[in-house]
Amino acid sequence: MPEDFKPGCARPTGGPAGETVSEKGRVVESKPEETKTMIKVGKKAPDFSAPAYLNGKFVNINLSEYLGKWVVLCFYPGDFTFV
Amino acid sequence: MSIDSVFVHKMWNDNELSKMVDGGVPFPMLSDAGGKVGTLFGVYDDDAGVETRGRFIIDPDGVVQGFEVLTPPVGRNISESLRQIQAFQLVRESKGTEATPSGWKPGKMTLKPGVDLVGNVWKEWKTSMAFD
Repeated sequence: MPEDFKPGCARPTGGPAGETVSEKGRVVESKPEETKTMIKVGKKAPDFSAPAYLNGKFVNINLSEYLGKWVVLCFYPGDFTFV
Repeated sequence: MSIDSVFVHKMWNDNELSKMVDGGVPFPMLSDAGGKVGTLFGVYDDDAGVETRGRFIIDPDGVVQGFEVLTPPVGRNISESLRQIQAFQLVRESKGTEATPSGWKPGKMTLKPGVDLVGNVWKEWKTSMAFD
């Protein structure tokens, strides 16, 4: 029987289930350590292009289109999350 | 911006957000499937596969003036974001001749950094002004 779960503010995700698959014989690729650097204040924001929903239409937006205006860019975990 | 598709954005706007805000969301609801843009801004959580609550203030030159990042369960404070934007706009308009001390909000005094102000902030600005 499927079990109920309580939805929280993090998006529910899945993953591999059951027995742990043996790593033997599998080539485990060593990922090069990604150098993730946080944005720095006082520096240019990286430009990006992304699809968007705006006033009933689907459009493509480039951050650079907003040069000359103040921009608030907000990220959030997902649509229909509660807060 | 979230990892949801523009189709889901449409559904969320049309079925829920438009009931909170007349006419729906007036700004672009951006889609970042795969979290590439979130990664660029340092707010994408690989483990959960979603963006955290990041908010960036970008000025007319495309320069990041400030940001705030929260974990998912705590929402942001819009008044504080607006206050910060008003402060950055004032500083920009004054061409850097004025600065906004702790607790500043529109209407309150600014400081004019200069040789005479060194060691003399206490004469102009009181600690209580940080809290009112």
